[in-house]
Amino acid sequence: MAIFEKRRLWLAVLAALALAFPLLVTNGYYLHMMTISFIWMIAVYGLNLFAGYTGYLSLAHAGFFAIGAYTLGILTVKAGVPFWLAFVSACLLTTLIGALVGLVALRTKEHFFAIYTLCVGYIIYLVIDKWDGLTGGVRGFIGIPAPADIGPLSFQTPVAQYYLVLFFLAVVAFIMYRLVYSLTGRTYIAIRNSEELALTLGISTMKNKLASFVLSVFFTSLAGALYASFIRFLGPDIAYISVMFDFLTYLLVGGIGTLAGPVVGTLLVTFLSQQLQFLQDYRMLIFGPILTLLIIFYPHGIAGGFIRYQAKRKEARRLEPEANRAAAELAVSSQGRGERHAEEGS
Amino acid sequence: MELFIQQLLNGLTVGSVYSLVALGLTLVYGILHIPNFAHGALYMMGGYVTLTAMTKLGMPYGLAIIVSMAAVGLLGVLMERLVFYPLRDAPPLHDKIAAIGILLFLEAFAQFVWGADYQTMPTPYGDVVNIFGFTLTIQRILIIASAVVIMVLLYIFLKKTFIGASIIAMAQNREGANLVGINTSKVAMLTFFLSGSLAALAASLASPINLVFPGMGHLVILKAFVIIILGGMGSIPGAIVGGYILGFSESLGATYVSNDYKDIIAFVILVIILTVKPNGLFAKEGR
Repeated sequence: MAIFEKRRLWLAVLAALALAFPLLVTNGYYLHMMTISFIWMIAVYGLNLFAGYTGYLSLAHAGFFAIGAYTLGILTVKAGVPFWLAFVSACLLTTLIGALVGLVALRTKEHFFAIYTLCVGYIIYLVIDKWDGLTGGVRGFIGIPAPADIGPLSFQTPVAQYYLVLFFLAVVAFIMYRLVYSLTGRTYIAIRNSEELALTLGISTMKNKLASFVLSVFFTSLAGALYASFIRFLGPDIAYISVMFDFLTYLLVGGIGTLAGPVVGTLLVTFLSQQLQFLQDYRMLIFGPILTLLIIFYPHGIAGGFIRYQAKRKEARRLEPEANRAAAELAVSSQGRGERHAEEGS
Repeated sequence: MELFIQQLLNGLTVGSVYSLVALGLTLVYGILHIPNFAHGALYMMGGYVTLTAMTKLGMPYGLAIIVSMAAVGLLGVLMERLVFYPLRDAPPLHDKIAAIGILLFLEAFAQFVWGADYQTMPTPYGDVVNIFGFTLTIQRILIIASAVVIMVLLYIFLKKTFIGASIIAMAQNREGANLVGINTSKVAMLTFFLSGSLAALAASLASPINLVFPGMGHLVILKAFVIIILGGMGSIPGAIVGGYILGFSESLGATYVSNDYKDIIAFVILVIILTVKPNGLFAKEGR
């Protein structure tokens, strides 16, 4: 299919650009920003799997991000565990905690789920903030080592770290791609669209929701562990609700429930944030309203909007002979909708 | 024993504030089915408006509270009109995210206008009185008394007036209420107005014994959610009882368990409740 080929071409161009980035841009600051955005993207992919494809808003993901980061820090610094062993343990431990939380949390639905996870997120924040002895409390946690060498590969330079993070991002994106186009992915979408209907079709919704949640926590904790080894300083703020909000903003700007969304949204918003540096603490004055307006007027985000536009164009081309009749029908139906709105609005 | 009763009195004060906040939250949830995550921001704005009216405009405490209730009520109406009304038919994910957007905007706004510092609110009722050997500030008595008065007034308003009846009708069935000629838009605005004023009142009463700062709404809103789940989502008596239950368990927990972790008590209660009853306590059958 032509579209599929085109998509492959785009992917190849993107991959080449990402690989060549450190050669093209030698400015250390931009390299740093790019690496950070890649880490955010991994976390946003985690959120996207669960919120975008399975349709549940988890507000605890900043907490899981923080658990991943802190576990790596504590294991390497306090327990002296070798880096990569600590890295894997951090991800697994967070995923285990996520599975336990998910087992209980997923029995609740919609609003209850959001409130429940909001509270779980807050508990995580409070524990990190208050448990001075383990986490360093408000003073933060320092001295986390950079990723250790694997054989001949060394990750001491920023460029090497960039490639390491890019590697993980590519793996996560690939898993997401395979997942979304598999039966499992379709099952998640079925649950998002109607949980009752999915149940009727014989889908075990609880099992699928839990699997989706656990995998999404895994991605997020992976991002957390990468963050810890890249920034090498942690504060309780990374568990806070505003980090959660950043993830949501990236996801919504890019397009919730799309594969390209996390990449597009994160790049765009981090780039915009750079331009708004002078606002510092007040950037929410701009991003709060942007997100709210986006949700009201453009809920599919950039990637989602583009996909819809393409689908509409294809449909229009297919129906060209009938276009006139369809247009007339559309006019009638939208008029009808307008009337209904007017009635309720009065 | 004396310590116990003193803590019960403290719990009564804290519980009164929680109940007022939870009442506003439960009204909006019960009638419009919106879990308003931005409710904590309304609480915070209430504290700042009262403080500003008193210190910058020199209003007396009581008048400042009324001004604040009106202003924050209108802010609530604005929120409903600009954000929640356009989103009323959107998937449930959307209004939650929009509410978080408003929350963070209002917080940044407060920090921008009033600064990030902790501020104290002066009160004319700072005196200490002795009742049966227990010390209480008049401010605390005022909190308890006004909360009870407001709750009674709200009850009378909802049960005995025509507007109250139409609010309840809309809570039961939005389309049905629309069919029998109730202006659902106006009721929605009124609900948000009430919700905002209750939050402002709670903040104005609580601020002299706590402090005013941009993040003051966080814990309160989270606890209010715990309370309305405890009391049954959308139930008004539930919000009141739940508020006091939480108030008591916190003040007793702070004394007998650990002061550092008293803020976690609420969340532990919630986690236990939702573990046992995933639809909240007192969930309607067949949901």
